[in-house]
Amino acid sequence: MNFSIPLSHLDQYWSGFVVTLKTSVIALILSFIIGFIIATLRVSGVRPLAFFARWYVEFLRNTPLLVQVFFFYYALPRLHVSWLNFNGYQAGMLGLTFYTAAYIAENVRAGIQSIDKGQLETARASGLTYYQAMLYIILPQAFRIVIPPLGTQFINLVKNSAVLAFFAGLDIMYVADSLQGSSGEVFGVYTFAALFYLIITIPLTILVNYLEKKLAY
Amino acid sequence: MDVIVQAFSASNLIFLGKGLLITIWLAIVSIAVSFVFGSLLAIFRYSKTLVLAQLAFVYTEIVRNLPLILILYFAFFGLPEFGLQLSIFWKMAIGLILFEISQLAEIVRGGLNSIEKGQIEAARSTGMTYRQTLFHIIIPQAFKRMIPALVSQFITIVKDTSYTAMFGLMDVLNAAQIIWNQQFSFIFPIIILVAILYFVINFTLSSLSLRIEKKLG
Repeated sequence: MNFSIPLSHLDQYWSGFVVTLKTSVIALILSFIIGFIIATLRVSGVRPLAFFARWYVEFLRNTPLLVQVFFFYYALPRLHVSWLNFNGYQAGMLGLTFYTAAYIAENVRAGIQSIDKGQLETARASGLTYYQAMLYIILPQAFRIVIPPLGTQFINLVKNSAVLAFFAGLDIMYVADSLQGSSGEVFGVYTFAALFYLIITIPLTILVNYLEKKLAY
Repeated sequence: MDVIVQAFSASNLIFLGKGLLITIWLAIVSIAVSFVFGSLLAIFRYSKTLVLAQLAFVYTEIVRNLPLILILYFAFFGLPEFGLQLSIFWKMAIGLILFEISQLAEIVRGGLNSIEKGQIEAARSTGMTYRQTLFHIIIPQAFKRMIPALVSQFITIVKDTSYTAMFGLMDVLNAAQIIWNQQFSFIFPIIILVAILYFVINFTLSSLSLRIEKKLG
């Protein structure tokens, strides 16, 4: 195993690390917003909206992320609408976002539904409107339940963001693969990529385990 | 409409069908082998006495925190460096198995830990050996509880096989790519068909899991 090649390209790994981290953070925020909306539609009680939300989740979770990225990268530009022309990085980001949103929607829904229905009725009886009761009583409690799964989703995003490497996304995986291609060194180059991923994912895994224990009741 | 009819020509459908068989075969091999070894690792970790427990711990925690794509790169370029001349199918299968073992080990570990420790003592006090307790009391209950998490990981494995298209394995996604690269107007019907194929496999799996859960109570 030859570590001199990755060691002499640490700056590239570092920039890949920044891209991976930045992409995962942005995708987490966007997918939280979308996932939250989908979950709200799901529990809204409005039939067509709940139907849409349910099948969004089922379809996105049961098809591969790569197929979804392909859809943004190869299929949508065929519609010849200028703002639907995505480069590899954007297609990867969109795929990661919509895919993760389906998982977060399920986490949020489970969070909302785990709150005793009686609480909503009590809140309504005390004079709060449905939206007030949701906003001040149900959602803050649901949020607490959703935090550990969100941590898990973030870890998954960091790992799944390696899909960017297939679309010249300049992330850790892409840097390592380019370096492998130019140098021919396999183990040293990929082991360094692994270290850069583990720097993010292992502390997060420990944190999520801790939160799960702490917030469990 | 013409495009759809042409895209779904008999030769294209046969080509996709052959890819689908490879996808399914790869998924079955990966699920079967990684389930066996993942369960073994989890049992090693559960019965803390063995030196193997530490090895199982290190392996699971490192590999499950890495991107699958990185492991596939390791397998693709690394196995030949060991002098292993394998077909692309087996290179990809080994990569998938190495990764999914860690995912399944974590699920099985969670299931084993969910069984109250008091049961071990109770069983031991009736005269059963540790091994008998493990295999007749703990493991059967644990596996029953794990079914939802296991099936959801099996679904993930089916989706995960799609990455192998990027390494040249002629799975259903790669077959689809070849079809739309020859005739780019086929992209929409073909990519949607491929998404539906994955969806049908995975939706069937998750419906099956629900039915088993209901049956077992």
